[in-house]
Amino acid sequence: MAGGKRTKRKILAAFGVVSALALVISGCSSSSQPAETSNDAGATGGALVIGVTSEPDTLFPWKATQFQAVNVLQNIYGTLTEFDQNLEVVPGLAESWDTSDDGLTVTLHLREGVTFTDGSTFGSEDVKYSLEAMMDEATAAVGAASLSSVDEVEATDENTVTLTMSAPDSSLFANLAPINMAMLSSDDTEEALNTTPNGTGAFELSDRKPSQSLTLARNDSYWGEAAKLDSVEFRIIPDESSIVSAMQSGNVQLATFDDALVAQTAEAANLTVAKTPQLNYHVLQLKATDGPLADVNVRLAIQCAVDRQQVLDTAAMGEGEVTGPITAPAYESDPSSRPCPERDLDKAADYLNKAGLSDGVTINTIVSQGEYSTSVNEAQNLKAQLAEANINIELEVLESGSYVDRWVAGDFEAAVALNGGRPDPDGSYSRYFTSTGNLNKVAGYSSPELDQLFAEGRETSDVEKRKEIYTEISNNLEENAPWIWLFTSYSYTATTSNVTGFTPMANGSLQFLRETSLA
Amino acid sequence: MIHRLFANRIFRRILASLGTLLGVAIVVFVMLRAIPGDQITAGLGTEAAALTPDQRAALEAYYGLDKPLVVQFFSWLGNIFTGNLGFSARSQMGVGAMIAQSLPVTLELAIFSIVLALVVGVPLGMMSASKPDSARDAAGQVVGLAGLSIPAFLLATALVSLLSSAFGFNPNGQAYAGLFTNPALNLKQMLLPSVVLGFGIAAPIMRTTRTAVLEIRSQDFIRTAKAKGVGPRRIQLKHVLRNALVPITTMTGLQFGYLLGGAVVVEQIFSLPGIGRQVLLGIQQKEYAVVQSTVLMIALFFVIVNLLTDILYRIIDPRVRAE
Repeated sequence: MAGGKRTKRKILAAFGVVSALALVISGCSSSSQPAETSNDAGATGGALVIGVTSEPDTLFPWKATQFQAVNVLQNIYGTLTEFDQNLEVVPGLAESWDTSDDGLTVTLHLREGVTFTDGSTFGSEDVKYSLEAMMDEATAAVGAASLSSVDEVEATDENTVTLTMSAPDSSLFANLAPINMAMLSSDDTEEALNTTPNGTGAFELSDRKPSQSLTLARNDSYWGEAAKLDSVEFRIIPDESSIVSAMQSGNVQLATFDDALVAQTAEAANLTVAKTPQLNYHVLQLKATDGPLADVNVRLAIQCAVDRQQVLDTAAMGEGEVTGPITAPAYESDPSSRPCPERDLDKAADYLNKAGLSDGVTINTIVSQGEYSTSVNEAQNLKAQLAEANINIELEVLESGSYVDRWVAGDFEAAVALNGGRPDPDGSYSRYFTSTGNLNKVAGYSSPELDQLFAEGRETSDVEKRKEIYTEISNNLEENAPWIWLFTSYSYTATTSNVTGFTPMANGSLQFLRETSLA
Repeated sequence: MIHRLFANRIFRRILASLGTLLGVAIVVFVMLRAIPGDQITAGLGTEAAALTPDQRAALEAYYGLDKPLVVQFFSWLGNIFTGNLGFSARSQMGVGAMIAQSLPVTLELAIFSIVLALVVGVPLGMMSASKPDSARDAAGQVVGLAGLSIPAFLLATALVSLLSSAFGFNPNGQAYAGLFTNPALNLKQMLLPSVVLGFGIAAPIMRTTRTAVLEIRSQDFIRTAKAKGVGPRRIQLKHVLRNALVPITTMTGLQFGYLLGGAVVVEQIFSLPGIGRQVLLGIQQKEYAVVQSTVLMIALFFVIVNLLTDILYRIIDPRVRAE
């Protein structure tokens, strides 16, 4: 048995070596860590690290719709107009603009002394090139529809651009602000910009490690006030709870989350968490084109049978606000202005009777699995609530790829969806609810009255008048119930205590990184 | 004579492996196309509904989706033989270069995990087998059971949040450091993921060792050796362990092969830019070239590891060689 003892001793020794090694390695870490994270801070503005779950899917701004890509490109490129923190339109690369009395000629006065990061000067030729390329279908620019009322672009002189319009369009200026309407240099090609962005923004790309990180450096020749930070690194940490841990240990200083649960963990970890209401809205889309849903009474029955607060409470832990159609702060709908502001099962039964469906009705509903965290819970709560009103919704839970395919093709009776809102209500809804809108197939509803109202809204530049028109549109949508609007949720911005000057925005934009610094 | 038989067998194995790889290529290609959605809808999401037919056609041409599937398959396969593994539109890099970056990360992780698993699993298995049904056997078995039943994601998440909140130790929150650019940080970053993975693999290795040792100890040649007066230590190392190495090697090889492709969860949680995460991202983004070529490379390594295991246990055990 002596041999056995010796083996045992060897095993023990092996364990000893391994644990000693572990101790040495972890020992190194705790001593060297603070030095690695706190350098550069202070007078120079510092190097901020933002934790993101995935990397941008493109660096070409005209094709960017993914959140991560938009957030990065927002800081590299410039647009003709911008949004301030209240989502009001403010000058960007266009310093001012005039619209002719008939609304058919728009003159943009460009900011002077703006340069791209490659040193070339920004001017009217670049604007003409950019707008025309976006309007060309071969470019496949996702924002092309924003320019649908522009007939012709003319570079009048070096700093003036004249747009000839087919119809007045007062939403044009808000539609020019998103980053997929970025102004590119007329000398650039998509191929070149895919690897080497060349913008007019407050930062420029300095380093990119695929699936690891993307780093921006301050653009010292930015036309506005130069950014305070020396650099911003978007570090890819795929797991959200790992981002929270990375923030706790000081490796990451800023992150945004959509999931209320993760935000709670961050709060519990002593991070500062700011809640920002989002423009995006959760909705049950009903396709009013055929089947039982073509009858407005059935749609209204559904509207009356849903308690929205209950959906919000059960699916999203109450983290959000019940909403009407328009979420843009300046035009916000009153969520109680609808046929059934509160759940009313008697009224729902009346509507079903009117539709001749007092025995009940069955509606197939598509739900995406994994696209956003609350989808399936929302669907299940809606199913339970509607069942009490004799409305049976059959849930078809789809992997997000199949869901998007079906949704894009308009191949559904009803869909539980999270749709993107925009700061201008025309941008949000004319594409869905006008008969020629490019997403009308998906919405499945339009009417001559809505066509007329949307046209009026575009023609009017008077803000008060526009508010009246969009309130009318909002009421029209509620009374015809093509969709059942549910709620808007929050986005959560977590920061470590040394981050100052960052303002989160309702459209999720990180444009205020240019005013952020590390203390 | 033995050598020629051996070489023949290896040659046949290589041929069979090539067939396997072709099979993998076809299956991956077909399965990827069977998943709903393409690169365009993966990138644009529901915004893809706003594309006009001309815009969609322009995008399909850009991603090469406008060609018939058979043409896509053979042009991909043909390109691979010329060393061109395809291009990732997302990261604007060749897939070959991406694999060259991510494979070493996973390889390093796999080696550390296996070493850790062997260092823990083999002694533990021998300890358990030394006195079956004793308290020490039970202790070993419990450790083995824990390794098998605790999911890697749970252990990983627990370790990350515990160590970072209690001790501020979270090297994986820092930018990934290469083994040769910053060895100290690299080793720190590899520590926890290797522990998580190694713990999971230690369990099957421990069980294999225990079973093998028990079985071998009951065989005639051990009794003969004992009768001839060979000391217990010599029996344990020279006879028992050497023979037990055959199943252990097989198990280790198999686990190593799985690790190359299967470290996805751990790479995701510890944000290691390895090959598993690359496949996962590729699937999410429907980047066909990335997924196809990377999976094929993983299959290739699996095949190579299996082949090496085969050769290795022929060296360890002359009886297998003679078959």
